[in-house]
Amino acid sequence: MRHTLAVLVENKPGALARISNMFARRGFNIESLAVGPTERHDISRITLCVDCDERSLAQIEKQMHKLVNVLRITQLTPGESIEREFALIKVSAPPARRTELMALAEVFKARIADLGPDAIVFELAGTPEEIDSFEELVRPHGVKELVRTGRIGLGRASSSPTTPRRRQLVLR
Amino acid sequence: MRMNGADAVLRSLEAEGVDVAFGLPGGAILPTYDAFARGTTVRHVLARHEQGAGHMAEGYARASGRVGVAIATSGPGATNLVTPIADAWMDSTPLVCITGQVRSHLIGTDAFQECDITGITIPIVKHSWLVKNVEELPQVMKSAFHVARTGRCGPVLVDIPRDVQEAELDFEYPDSVDLPGWRPPRRGHPRQIREAAKRLAAAERPVLYVGGGVLNADACAELLDLAEVGRLPVVTTLMGKSSFPETHELHFGWPGMHGPKWSNWAMNKCDVLVAVGARFDDRVTGKLSSFAPGATVIHLDVDSAEIDKLRYADVPVVGPLKPVLADLARELREAGRPDATEPWLAQLRRWREEFPLRYGNGGGGMMKPQPVLETLQALAAGRDDVVWTTGVGQHQMWAMQYLLCDRPRSFITSGGLGTMGYGVPAAIGAKAARPDATVVCIDGDGCFQMTQQELATSVLEGLPIVVVIVNNGHLGMVRQWQEMFFEERFSQIELTHHVPDYAALAEAYGGRGFVVDDEDDLEGTLGEAMHCGRTAVVDCRVDAHEHCFPMIPAGAAALDLVEYPGEAEGVISP
Repeated sequence: MRHTLAVLVENKPGALARISNMFARRGFNIESLAVGPTERHDISRITLCVDCDERSLAQIEKQMHKLVNVLRITQLTPGESIEREFALIKVSAPPARRTELMALAEVFKARIADLGPDAIVFELAGTPEEIDSFEELVRPHGVKELVRTGRIGLGRASSSPTTPRRRQLVLR
Repeated sequence: MRMNGADAVLRSLEAEGVDVAFGLPGGAILPTYDAFARGTTVRHVLARHEQGAGHMAEGYARASGRVGVAIATSGPGATNLVTPIADAWMDSTPLVCITGQVRSHLIGTDAFQECDITGITIPIVKHSWLVKNVEELPQVMKSAFHVARTGRCGPVLVDIPRDVQEAELDFEYPDSVDLPGWRPPRRGHPRQIREAAKRLAAAERPVLYVGGGVLNADACAELLDLAEVGRLPVVTTLMGKSSFPETHELHFGWPGMHGPKWSNWAMNKCDVLVAVGARFDDRVTGKLSSFAPGATVIHLDVDSAEIDKLRYADVPVVGPLKPVLADLARELREAGRPDATEPWLAQLRRWREEFPLRYGNGGGGMMKPQPVLETLQALAAGRDDVVWTTGVGQHQMWAMQYLLCDRPRSFITSGGLGTMGYGVPAAIGAKAARPDATVVCIDGDGCFQMTQQELATSVLEGLPIVVVIVNNGHLGMVRQWQEMFFEERFSQIELTHHVPDYAALAEAYGGRGFVVDDEDDLEGTLGEAMHCGRTAVVDCRVDAHEHCFPMIPAGAAALDLVEYPGEAEGVISP
């Protein structure tokens, strides 16, 4: 089963290496991983997606907790969180096919990031599933290159924050 | 106070109360060794190889309960520490390793003796720091010691570029650490402890399965109290050995691959298994699905990641073992059912009498290895100032079986990693921690040759140890496996009994050398070696054909234990 984890880590050199190494060494597979800054300059957020059973998930959480740079791990459950992903997709688009592709893009609210003589680069933000669908639909046209950020996520506006408050950090 | 980074390292060690550090200098750590020369209260023990320094620091830590410190230079110095770091990781030994690194501006350029030691060691340290700014140094040192010894103990590494050692700072050692992500548990959950007590009070055939965590937690007194309160039989793993007095009536041996039948049967037939600072290692459990099949598992551990890692815990208690065991004993005392386990204890005693450790007398009249251990046990019986260390292999398993340790931290060995060559340097480290003690390393001839150069350290640093080589002229455990599982196709295992001449080698190092090849001389010679007060090597030449029994073949169930097959000559029931 697929699980998404939001991991807050100290923004220190090697923090990501320690996490990815733990996964590799204990035989857990990361499906996607996205790292970026948070509202605090000294904390980064990692969103990672793993496909494993509940028991492995518990091990992953506990082993990650032992890493000194890891501050908090939250599981993003489907109903209680927002998940998004961003993709750039370069599709072959000879002039005769462009209209069809642009109509498709319109449906998915994908923007044209760049246009060349025989290719279009689309940019698309959405749920990972939406991006899967768009990718599937443009694939017959010939996908020349593709990059996805991997999913990122946050708890819903109505749920408690996944970011530890400053006070909690100071008090340890 | 204004000083350079190197001085700050030593002032930090002093502030942490470190009395001994083990190491070997080199280019990138020169400023720190210059600081040693300028004066410090930290004694430096000069090893002959960084691996030796690392194992010495481990031996020191295990004998004293304090954090061991090892120092090495960059590149090869640092990589030579990798084996001790991995060893400390597997056995949860608190260790601070300090390595020099090439100058900051050279990092990443493949400079002379550059090596990404923080990268190499990521999977085998609790944490590591590459110090880029000298101002961070005091906080890093404070954090390093804190992380090494809190929660589940283990190794950390501090890598310090040479220019950072030379840079100046205003030194002030911090009072507290700033580690928001490091929060080991402080207490076990009272509800869980009550539940554990309830299950224990209702048990008919309970067993305490005790690992090295009890020693690390300094919880031996609490363990003894718990066992006595509940009349609970105790088996101690290789790492847990010496955490519970082994001449105590409630001690029932050691579980696992070479544990006696009665210990493994106790684990197999129990109805409540209490794992105390133990991690269900494959050398203990054998085939996991057949391990203690009917038992309810209560798992006490400071490391939550050990819960359910291999065996599902019906009642997990995560917390430091000292208060957890004390609380559990108190709850159990209140629950009170003092005679409930007597039939089970009687059963265990019967099994112990029925299936004693046995060995034979075949093999061309050569001395058997087991009498070496039996003689050492006789010589040390009743003494509380003997500390044993071992290498890894058959001799180690015989040491586990025949040496009865009553005092905590008196048995020091490499368990999880199985590091051959651990014994000699660990003994030197133990001697530094316990100058009053007679430290005896039981070694194999294969193991001894991996770190024998540290005899020089032992002699010259005034840290005399006794090395008893159970010399069967072979890589004995490998030989045993080839004989049992590879149809006697012996491959690359013969070392010979006579090369090197171990006694002469000891003399060459300035120690004393002895050879014993007759069982009748064992007591006299071993006794003399243990009393001579100098570094001594006793070459005990024994029969290479002797196997270590009993044995549970790898991956087999405890009940598939193989016993000594022939007519027994020596019959021991400790």
